[in-house]
Amino acid sequence: MESIQHFIDIWPGNFALQIIYLFSSITFIIGLKGLSSPDSARKGNLLAAAGMGLAILGTIFLHRTPISPDGSEGFRPIGNLIYIFGAIGLGTVVGWTMAMRVKMTTMPQMVSFFNGMGGACAALIGLIEYRGLAAHGGVADAGFLLIIYLGVWIGSVSFAGSMIAYGKLEERIRDFGGRSLQIVNLLFLASLIGAMAFGIARPDAIPALPWIVAAGSLLYGVLFVLPIGGADMPVVISLLNSFTGIAAALGGFLYNNQVMLTGGILVGSAGTILTILMCKAMNRSLLNVLIGSFGGKGGAAGATGEQVVKEISATDAAILCAYAQRVSIVPGYGLAVAQAQHTCHEFERQLTEKGVEVTYAIHPVAGRMPGHMNVLLAEADVAYPKMLEMDDANPQMPNTDVVIVIGANDVVNPAAENDPSSPIYGMPIINVDKARNVIVMKRSMGKGYAGIENQLFFGKNTRMLFGDAKSSLEKLVAEVKAL
Amino acid sequence: MESLASFFLEHQNFIFLLVLAVFLGVEVIANVPAVLHTPLPAVLHTPLMSGANAIHGVVIIGSIIVMGHAEPGDYLSLGLGFLAVVLGTLNVVGGFVVTNRMLEMFRKKTR
Repeated sequence: MESIQHFIDIWPGNFALQIIYLFSSITFIIGLKGLSSPDSARKGNLLAAAGMGLAILGTIFLHRTPISPDGSEGFRPIGNLIYIFGAIGLGTVVGWTMAMRVKMTTMPQMVSFFNGMGGACAALIGLIEYRGLAAHGGVADAGFLLIIYLGVWIGSVSFAGSMIAYGKLEERIRDFGGRSLQIVNLLFLASLIGAMAFGIARPDAIPALPWIVAAGSLLYGVLFVLPIGGADMPVVISLLNSFTGIAAALGGFLYNNQVMLTGGILVGSAGTILTILMCKAMNRSLLNVLIGSFGGKGGAAGATGEQVVKEISATDAAILCAYAQRVSIVPGYGLAVAQAQHTCHEFERQLTEKGVEVTYAIHPVAGRMPGHMNVLLAEADVAYPKMLEMDDANPQMPNTDVVIVIGANDVVNPAAENDPSSPIYGMPIINVDKARNVIVMKRSMGKGYAGIENQLFFGKNTRMLFGDAKSSLEKLVAEVKAL
Repeated sequence: MESLASFFLEHQNFIFLLVLAVFLGVEVIANVPAVLHTPLPAVLHTPLMSGANAIHGVVIIGSIIVMGHAEPGDYLSLGLGFLAVVLGTLNVVGGFVVTNRMLEMFRKKTR
């Protein structure tokens, strides 16, 4: 108590800093809460950003570290200010530019990338802190070392894993390895934990151990994400997001810094819930996502090669749609890849002018991440009420005259409902096979992201319109106009 | 074991805060009725993840502290610290800006 009084006497700024941290913690909580409701989402994000800015500035100008533990020898302010401002300036320019330039289609990768940066930052803090300890000769107590090791470990795994997830979403890295790699991973994880336990029990034995743990964790992060199917990357990113949150919170322990602790843990626990919700949307458990290799051996429905699909011309498709009462568009990632959102919106407007009722049926995992498709359509000015979620769209399917599936595959695959051997069995789908007519726009007969056959294409109500989604839609727009 | 016990006692306020924050984080997300009763509030899921991603950028504060106390002659620590601050800033700035861009798209429509 005495030393606290002493602290305030010498440095009243600390009082101000703690108030700032308290305020920032509150902005994080309210911001996160705001982000979970459509009306307040934007405000919530800006509020949290303001709190973050304040906490950063407060730390730079008001933070003091006591030179001796009881603070009797005075306090040290933050030094190296030129470098700090230089680094923040550099990070701001690069981060801002990347965030502003990224196309909305590749935005999940961007989130993964930024998440990896946070993880790397947390790992570096642990490494530098360990160096500082070693330099001052005082080996810290076991608790302190534990925090450092955990931070290095979780941060490195999060960084490496996020980078692999980034590469997979960019489709630069293919799925690799199966169950055998999973077993190797478990052994590897056990040895990493063993190494950390050793480092805590015998701090002087191997001075470079934290670096070894960091390198091992990077490798583990790579091996952890490599075998997980590309379609499951959103879940992985969400999980790694909460990992980084935990790593940030560990930093809070290191510096007795409450705002780092609350901010980090909030994200850690909220991120975990988010991950579980995402798994639920696919009707799978987290363990199943992490261990089951999705689509690795999707040859179960391989006996369908002999079946024939029926094609439809753009003219016929346009006539079918224009004289329908109700048309439902099921967009998938293929739509986004072809950059056809605007053309799609144009097509929807043309049909609406003809008196057709057009809606969009959006699967929760359409696109590359839950909600991704909504963002993409919103970017193309599609009206918000026209985007129906799966649960609202499915009951309407039997009354729908034409369903147009654009660049979607797995989310409309009936195998999820009727083929227990299918890797996606149990995932809720949009029941387009219940509609009167189905037009599937596809580039070719290729398989979806999960790499499995789709019986829908051979259904008796289904007709295929092959070609690039954008040019197909342009043709449809022209045909509808000409009617 | 003894030192772990003393660590616990020394940081007991922090550990209480940590546990409470875990529950708070769960409640903040899970208490939204839409989340509980439908499988996913799909529209906001991606922005929510992205916003949470920006918030854990608070780790930058640790990097500022560690950078601020690096000895001026210790170039390895300075270099790593500089890198840490850059990466932390990327996380914060990139995270908030990307989230804001996503949410702006909805704002046009709902107005």
